[in-house]
Amino acid sequence: MTVDAGTAPTGPILAADGTPLKVSLRKALRVRRLRAIALVLPLFIFVLITFIFPIVDMLFRSVENPVVARNLPITLAELENWNGKGLPSEVAFAALAKELVLARDNKEMGKVASRLNFETSGMRSLITKSVRKIRKLKQGPYKEALLKFDKRWALQETWLTIKRIGQAYTAVQYLAALDMKTQPDGSIGMQPEDRQIYGLIFGRTFWISLLVTVFCLILAYPVSYLLATLPLRYSNLLMVMVLLPFWTSLLVRTTSWIVLLQRNGVINDIMVWVGIVNEAGRIQMIYNQMGTLIAMTQILLPFMILPLYSVMKTISPTYMRAARSLGATPATAFIRVYMPQTGPGVGAGCLLVFILSIGYYITPALVGGQSGTMISNFIAYHMKSSLNWSLAAALGTILLAAVLMLYWLYNKIVGIDNMKLG
Amino acid sequence: MRLPILTGAAVLGLAAFASGPAIAADALTVVSWGGAYTKSQLEAYHKPYTAKYGTKIQSEDYNGGLAEIRAQVETGKVTWDVVDLEVSEGVRGCDEGLLEPVGASKLLKAPDGTPAEDDFVPGSVLECAVGLIVWSTVFSYDADKMTGAKPTTLNDFFNVKKFPGKRGLRKGPGVNMEWALIADGVSRDDVYEVLGTKAGQDRAFAKLDTIKDHVLWWEAGAQPPQMLADGEVVMTSAYNGRIFNAQVTENKNFAIVWDNQLFAFDFYAIVKGTPRLDEALRYLQFASATEQLANQASWISYGPVRKSSSALVGKHATAGVDMKPHMPTNPENFKTALLNNSDFWADNQDELNERFNAWLAK
Repeated sequence: MTVDAGTAPTGPILAADGTPLKVSLRKALRVRRLRAIALVLPLFIFVLITFIFPIVDMLFRSVENPVVARNLPITLAELENWNGKGLPSEVAFAALAKELVLARDNKEMGKVASRLNFETSGMRSLITKSVRKIRKLKQGPYKEALLKFDKRWALQETWLTIKRIGQAYTAVQYLAALDMKTQPDGSIGMQPEDRQIYGLIFGRTFWISLLVTVFCLILAYPVSYLLATLPLRYSNLLMVMVLLPFWTSLLVRTTSWIVLLQRNGVINDIMVWVGIVNEAGRIQMIYNQMGTLIAMTQILLPFMILPLYSVMKTISPTYMRAARSLGATPATAFIRVYMPQTGPGVGAGCLLVFILSIGYYITPALVGGQSGTMISNFIAYHMKSSLNWSLAAALGTILLAAVLMLYWLYNKIVGIDNMKLG
Repeated sequence: MRLPILTGAAVLGLAAFASGPAIAADALTVVSWGGAYTKSQLEAYHKPYTAKYGTKIQSEDYNGGLAEIRAQVETGKVTWDVVDLEVSEGVRGCDEGLLEPVGASKLLKAPDGTPAEDDFVPGSVLECAVGLIVWSTVFSYDADKMTGAKPTTLNDFFNVKKFPGKRGLRKGPGVNMEWALIADGVSRDDVYEVLGTKAGQDRAFAKLDTIKDHVLWWEAGAQPPQMLADGEVVMTSAYNGRIFNAQVTENKNFAIVWDNQLFAFDFYAIVKGTPRLDEALRYLQFASATEQLANQASWISYGPVRKSSSALVGKHATAGVDMKPHMPTNPENFKTALLNNSDFWADNQDELNERFNAWLAK
C-alpha cells in the first residue's frame, strides 16, 4: 500500500508494530512505572506498618475513651436526662447497678474502675466495693441501698465524673497533658499548683535539647574542621576516634559516664587527689541535669560531626586563599568566607541533634535523677507504670506536633533544601 | 557521606528484629524481680521443679507493673506464664481480667494435713494471686563508713543535721509518704487515715521537702546495696533481702534499721490466656508448697507466708548463717512494723503518683 503524497496523513502516527504511537508509548511508560512501584513497594509497606499505623493508632488512642461508654451505655443515657443538680433518679442508680454487675462478669469492671480513678481518686474502691454489695442485693430500690452503703454516691461529683468520662471521644487527656482539667462546674481551668507538671517538663525538655545542640555544635565544629583539613593519615585516625564511640552501645556509654561522674567516681577521685576539692566537697555531677547534659552531648556528638564534616570536605581551600590574597586577615577569611559555606552542615547537624534530643529516653532515665528527666521518661512512665496509655499517647502527640512545627519553622527560615545530611 | 542515616536505620532495624530471645515452646516462663530474689526462686523452686517434672523454666526479670502483662493479654500473645507481683498489681490485675483465678482451694495442703486456707497467713491468698513471702522495706547504712553515732530510728533517717549526706529512697510515693508522716509524729495506727486527707498529704510532702535535696532516687531493688557500696549514699531505704544478700554473700558490713519497717506480701500469679495453663498451675502449686517456701528462706531473708514453713526455716544454704534473726517477722525486728495498706494504695496511687511526680520535678 502506498500513501498518496498529495494528502496529509489523517490517522495517528503508528509504531513499528502498527499500534498508534501514543498508545504504545503509554504502555511502555506504564510498565516502567509499575516496575518502579514494585521496587519501592516493600519499603512503602514497611513504613506503613512500622511508622504510619502506630502514629495513627497513637493519635486515635489519645482521644478514644471507650471503656466507660462501652460498659455503662444505659446509665449514661439516663444521665443525659439528669440536669446535674440534686441526684440522678432511681432509674439511673438501677441501670448503673445492673451494668456494673454485668461488667464484673465480663471482667471489665476493673477497667471501668481504673479509668474513673484516673479522674477522681477513690472511684476504684467505690466501684469494686459497691459491686460486691450490689451482687448481694436481690432487688431494688438501688438508690437507697447504694446511698446507705457509701456516702460518696450522694456526691454530685461522683456522677459528674461518670458522665464526663462516659464520652466515647474526649480531649480530656490533652487537657491533662497541658496541666489543665475540667472543673466541677464544667469550665476548663488549670490544675492545682501541686499537680502541675507537664508544662515544666516540656519546657525542660526543650531547654536541655537546645543546650545539648549548642554544646555539640561548639565541640563538633573544630573537630570537623580538623577532619576535613588534616592530611589523610591523621584525619583517618581522627575519624576512627569519632566513629568508635558512635558504634559502641548507648547503654555502655551511659554507664561509663556513671562510673566517671559519680560522687566516688574517677573524676571526683582525681580532683580530691590533686586537691581541687576536699573530701566533703565532692561535686554532684550525675543524677541531675548536669549528668544528662554531659552524657547526651557525648552520645549525640557524632550526629553533629558527620554532617559538618561532609560539608566541610567539599569546601575548596582556594576560596580561603583567594580571600587571603585579597587582603583578609585569617580570622576575617574564616568568619566571612569559610563559615557561611558550612551553613547547610550546621543546619543539618543542629536539626538532627535537636530532634534526637527531645525524644531521648534511656540516658536521662539512667543519669538524669530528678532534675534531668525529660518528657519521654514520663511517656514511658504512663505506658509502664500508671497504665494511662491515653495520656501517654496525648503527650506523644504533643511532642510529635512540636517536632513537626520545628521542622516547618526550619524550612521557613533556613529552607530544607539547604540542609545537607551527608 | 551517608553514614549516620544508614547506620541509624540499620541499628534500629537490627534492634527491632533482635529483640525477644527465642524461648523453647515447652519451657515455662517465670518472671520476677531479678538479682538475689530471683536467685532464691531459682534455687528453691525452678531447679527442684525441673528435676521432678523435667520441664525447663525460663527465668526473666522485670521491674514490676502491669504494662507488659496487659500488652500480652490484649494482643493475645502471652509469653509470660507466671509472674511475681506486688499486692496492688495482684488485686488490680484480677479486676481487669489479666490474671487467671487460682484460689486457696487449688493449693497443696501442709504436710500435717492443714488445708491451704488455714496455713497461709491472712491476706496472703488473693482471688488471682498466691502469696509466697513476707518482704519488708527498711533502711540500711554501711557500718564501715558510718563513723561515730549510728542511726537507730526512722527519725535519724530524716535528721540531716545529725547524719549529713545523701539518702536513697525509692522513686515513688509508696513507703516514703508513710515514713514521712511517722517521722513527723503521726502514730503508726493512724498513718493511712491521715494520708487519706489532703492535709495529711501536704504534711507528708512538707516533711519530705526537708530532705529532698539530700535524696538520690532508686528504681530497681538491686540499686540500694550498690549505692551503699559505692558510697553514693550514707543510708538508703531498701528491701531487707537485698541488704541481707550483700551482708552474707558479699561480706558487706551493712546494718539494717528495722524501726518502722513497712512489710508486705509478694505473690505469684498466672497470666490470663497462657497456652501452658496446666503446667503453670502445677508449677504454682509446687512453688507455694511448704517445703519450697521454707527452702527459699535459706537463700534470702524473706519470711515464708505459710505457717507450716516457718518452723522449717534454718540456716543459709551456702553461708551457714541462722536465718531466723534476719527475717522481717522475727519478733525482735517486728516490734514497730507496719503492714502496707494495699486498699489505700489501690485507691490513691494514681493521684499520689501524679502529685509525687510533680513534686519531684520541681
